[in-house]
Amino acid sequence: MTKSELIAELAAANPHLLSRDVETIVATIFNEITGALARGERVELRGFGAFTIKKRDARTGRNPRTGAAVPVDEKVVPFFKAGKELRDRVNRGKKD
Amino acid sequence: MNTVTRAHLTETIYTQVGLSRNESADLLEVVLARMAAALEAGESVKISGFGTFSVRQKGRRIGRNPKTGVEVPILPRRVLVFRPSQVLRAHVNHMAPPVGGDDE
Repeated sequence: MTKSELIAELAAANPHLLSRDVETIVATIFNEITGALARGERVELRGFGAFTIKKRDARTGRNPRTGAAVPVDEKVVPFFKAGKELRDRVNRGKKD
Repeated sequence: MNTVTRAHLTETIYTQVGLSRNESADLLEVVLARMAAALEAGESVKISGFGTFSVRQKGRRIGRNPKTGVEVPILPRRVLVFRPSQVLRAHVNHMAPPVGGDDE
């Protein structure tokens, strides 16, 4: 499923909404999560999961082709941990 | 550290779109439910500019209780992984998004 498919499904299920509004709703959700992570905050959606950031120290990396050492700066990476309910649902799954 | 919750997201939808708070909360729930249902069915969810949620099949392996050292089988299972897009990675590092924007 892609973002546009998600928007199309929501629009079909909610005929009273303008599809432009449905797009705004979906965009707002992901923009808010992005903004929170950029501010260093965490986003916790019970049953679904939590988005957090993790700090990675600076390190010396290597160009895998040439073997040359390259400094890799300290950085922050986004991280998602599935909530218990979602984790269990995915694991049980619908076996095809 | 501040935590953003459903209530915050609902409030933002309410102010941005002008639906009632109730309907804003409902729609947020529907978005999460649709994503969860796709993942439950083993489907990936690709949100361009944000990232991809996908389901990975893990094989059986032998684990160990770290406290007692007793070997325990870890059964095959399916786990959810999230791969952040280059755009999201750039945002959290306060850097300009890469040229070409998206890696989806």
